[in-house]
Amino acid sequence: MEKLVISGLHVAVGGLEILKGVDIEIGRGEIHALMGPNGSGKSTLGYAIMGHPSYEVTAGTIELVDADGTRHNVLEMEADQRARAGIFLAFQRPMSIPGVRLADFLRHAVTNVRNPDRKEGHELLPMREFRSELKAKMSELEMDSDFARRYVNDGFSGGEMKRAEILQLAMLRPRFAVLDETDSGLDADAVRLASQSIAKIGGSDMGVMGILIITHHEQLLEHNIPHRTHVMLGGRIVESGGPELANELHKRGYERIRTAYPEAAADEQAMTAPAHGSLATAT
Amino acid sequence: MATGLQATSPLSESSTLALGEINKYDFRTDSPAVFKASKGLSAEIVSQISEMKKEPAWMRDFRLKSLDIFNAKPMPHWGGDIAIDFQNIYYYLKPADHQGKTWDDVPSEIKKTFERLGIPEAERKYLSGVKAQFESEVVYGSLQEDLVKKGVIFTDTDTAVREYPDLVRDYFATIIPPADNKFAALNSAVWSGGSFIYVPKGVKIEFPLQAYFRINAENMGQFERTLIIVDEGAQVHYVEGCTAPMYSTESLHSAVVEIVVKKHARCRYTTIQNWANNIYNLVTKRAVAREGAVMEWIDGNLGSRLTMKYPSVYMVEPGARGEILSIAFSSAGQHQDAGAKLVHAAPNTSGRIVSKSISKNGGRSSYRGLVRVEPGARKSRSSVVCEALILDDISRSDTYPYIEIEEQDVTIGHEASVSKIGEEQLFYLKSRGLSEAEASTMIVSGFIEPLVKELPMEYAVEMNRLIELQMEGSVG
Ligand SMILES: Nc1ncnc2c1ncn2[C@@H]1O[C@H](COP(=O)(O)OP(=O)(O)OP(=O)(O)O)[C@@H](O)[C@H]1O
Ligand SMILES: [Mg+2]
Repeated sequence: MEKLVISGLHVAVGGLEILKGVDIEIGRGEIHALMGPNGSGKSTLGYAIMGHPSYEVTAGTIELVDADGTRHNVLEMEADQRARAGIFLAFQRPMSIPGVRLADFLRHAVTNVRNPDRKEGHELLPMREFRSELKAKMSELEMDSDFARRYVNDGFSGGEMKRAEILQLAMLRPRFAVLDETDSGLDADAVRLASQSIAKIGGSDMGVMGILIITHHEQLLEHNIPHRTHVMLGGRIVESGGPELANELHKRGYERIRTAYPEAAADEQAMTAPAHGSLATAT
Repeated sequence: MATGLQATSPLSESSTLALGEINKYDFRTDSPAVFKASKGLSAEIVSQISEMKKEPAWMRDFRLKSLDIFNAKPMPHWGGDIAIDFQNIYYYLKPADHQGKTWDDVPSEIKKTFERLGIPEAERKYLSGVKAQFESEVVYGSLQEDLVKKGVIFTDTDTAVREYPDLVRDYFATIIPPADNKFAALNSAVWSGGSFIYVPKGVKIEFPLQAYFRINAENMGQFERTLIIVDEGAQVHYVEGCTAPMYSTESLHSAVVEIVVKKHARCRYTTIQNWANNIYNLVTKRAVAREGAVMEWIDGNLGSRLTMKYPSVYMVEPGARGEILSIAFSSAGQHQDAGAKLVHAAPNTSGRIVSKSISKNGGRSSYRGLVRVEPGARKSRSSVVCEALILDDISRSDTYPYIEIEEQDVTIGHEASVSKIGEEQLFYLKSRGLSEAEASTMIVSGFIEPLVKELPMEYAVEMNRLIELQMEGSVG
C-alpha cells in the first residue's frame, strides 16, 4: 500500500520548537483524524508536510512510500514538487491572491499536478476539457459557476474560502491530503455537503486518497469515519485510537488527556505562555 | 454557461515563454541610411534637419529658438540621473527616401523588422491604421479607406506641416511650448516623425490607430512629435509601441505628444513602452480636455534605462474628465520615474489616477504625480490610487504625490500603498503545484490585472506577455 510516513518529526518556527517528535503513518485509502487543543501544533504539522519555508524540520523524516516499497524523501522537495508528488493541504486560513481568477489559477495548478514534469510555458490543459471538468465539480459542490471568475479568496466569506479549498481538492485529486479545519466557517448544511464531498473525492473514482482531517468537530467525520484518531498536545501525538476517541474528546474535552500526559501538558503551558522561555534567553 | 474563463489569462496559453522569446526585440537591422546627420547638436545640425525636410521658415525659426531654450535650461532637478553626452548622439537619421503606402514599398530589411515585431499582422487583424517609424522617419503609413472618406487624417507630422499647415499651426506647440522643460525644448529643436491625427466632428473610429517606434542604430536619438486633434463628439483610440535592440552605450528617446479633445469628444492614448535598457526615455505628454470631453492615458512602462514621463490632462472646460492609468515595471539597471498630472481648471471636472509599479532585481520605480485644482474649479473630483509591489530586498519604490488645491468645494482622494510579494501567497500557490517563477508571475499579473483589463484584448495579451518576459529573469 502507498503510504505517507512521518517519523520522529521535530519542527521549529523562528528557532522555537513546536513539534517535538511526531509519528504518523497514513495509508492511501485511510482516513485519520487529528484533534487537539488550540495551539497544540496541528497546523504546524500540516505546513511541515506541505513544505512551508518558515517551518524548519530540525529532526525526523517525511516520506512517501510507493506500492512497491520505494521510498521518496519528501523533505528534499519544494512545496510545488510535493504538490506534484500528490500531497495537498487545505489551508485553515487560505491566502487571497487579488487579480488572479480562481479558474486561471486552478488551470495552472491542475496542469502542473497532472504533468509533474511540466516546465513553465509548456501547454496548459486544453481549455474546453478543463472548463467542463471544473463546471462539473463546481455543480457537485453546489457552487455557482460564476465563482470561478472571482479572484482567488479575495473577499470570499469564511465559508466560501473553505468551499474553494474543497474544490481545489476535487480538481487536484492528490494521493494524500491534509484538511486543516476545512469545516470551520461552514454552516451546518455546508458541513454536511463537505463531509459527503470529501468522502466521495477521497474514496472514489480516480483512486483513493489518504486523508488527515484536522478538526474540532465531529460532523466532518460523519461520512469519513476515521481509521485512526490522534490527539495532539504540546507538539506531540499523545494518544491514538478509533473513532470513539474523537467522540469522547468532542463530548468531554481535553482534561483527561492533560492529566494523563503531564509532560506534554507542561510543554503546552510553555508554548502558550506569553513570553516564550527560549526566546527570552535567545540573546 | 460560462465557467468564468477569460480569454486574457494572466499567464500565456502556450509556449510563449520558450527561450529565444526573451530576445524578441533585441535584434539589429542592417539597412543603409539614406542620410545620416553627423553626431552632435548644433544650430547647423538643426538647420540641416529643417532643410532636409524642406520646411517653411516658421518651423526652421521655431527649431532654432527651441535650441537656444534647450541650451539655456538646466537639467530637470527631479527624477533620475541623466548621464547623456548630447554630443555623442545622432539627431537625425533618414532610413528610406520615401514613405511606403504598402509594405512592399518599404526597404526590405526594415519591412522584415516590422514583420518580426508583428505589425503588418496586427494591422490586418484589428487596426484602423498604422504608422511605423524607424529611426527618425515614418517609413510606412496606412489608414482605412472609409476613414479617409470621412475626413480622418492620420499621417506623420512632417507631412502634416506641408499638407495641413493651417491646422498644424493652430495647435503645434500650444499645449507644450518649447520652454516647458529641457527635453521638450530639445524635441522642438530636432523633432522628426511622429503622428498627426485629426478626427472630424462626430466621427467615431472603432478600431485603434497604432504607431510603432523602432530605434535601430547605436547612439541614436529619436524625437517624434505627435499632435492629435479630436473634434467635437469624435472618438479615437491611439496606441503606440516602442522597442529597440540593446547596445552598451546610451540612446535617447525624447518625444512630445500634444492632444486636444474638443467638446464631448473622447480620446484614449495607450502606450506599451518596451525600450531596451540602454535608452533614456524622456517624454512630455499633455492633453487638453474641453467641455464634457474625456481623455484617457494608459501608460505602460516596461523598458528603458530611465523613463521620466508624466502624462497630463488639463481639464479646461466644465464637465471634462481625465484618467491616467499607469503601469511601471523596473528591473536591474532600470529606473521608472513615471506618474501623472491632472489639472482641474474648470468646474465639475473629474479625474482619476491609478498607478501600479513593480520593482525587482534592484530596479527602482517612482510615482510622481500632481493633482491641481485651480480657483473656481468648483465641484471637481479627483482620486489617486498608487500601489507599489516590491519583489525583493534590493529593489526600491518611492512615491511623490503632490496636491495643490485652490478651491474649497472639491473632493480629492489619495491612497498609496507599498507591499512586498508575500511569502505566504507564494507558498499558497506553490502548494498547488505552481513553480516559484509561475507563482510570482501570477501574483504580479494579478496585481496589475485591474489596469490590464482596461486594455483591448490584444494589448492585454501583449502586456501580460511582456510582464512574463520581465519576470523571467527574476527567479532561478
Ligand atoms: N509562523 C509562526 N510564527 C510564530 N509562531 C507560530 C507560527 N506558527 C505556529 N506558531 C505557534 O506554534 C504553536 C502551534 O500553532 P498551530 O497553528 O500549529 O496550532 P493548532 O494546533 O493548529 O491550533 P488551532 O487549533 O488554534 O488551529 C502556537 O503556539 C503558535 O503560536
Ligand atoms: Mg490550526
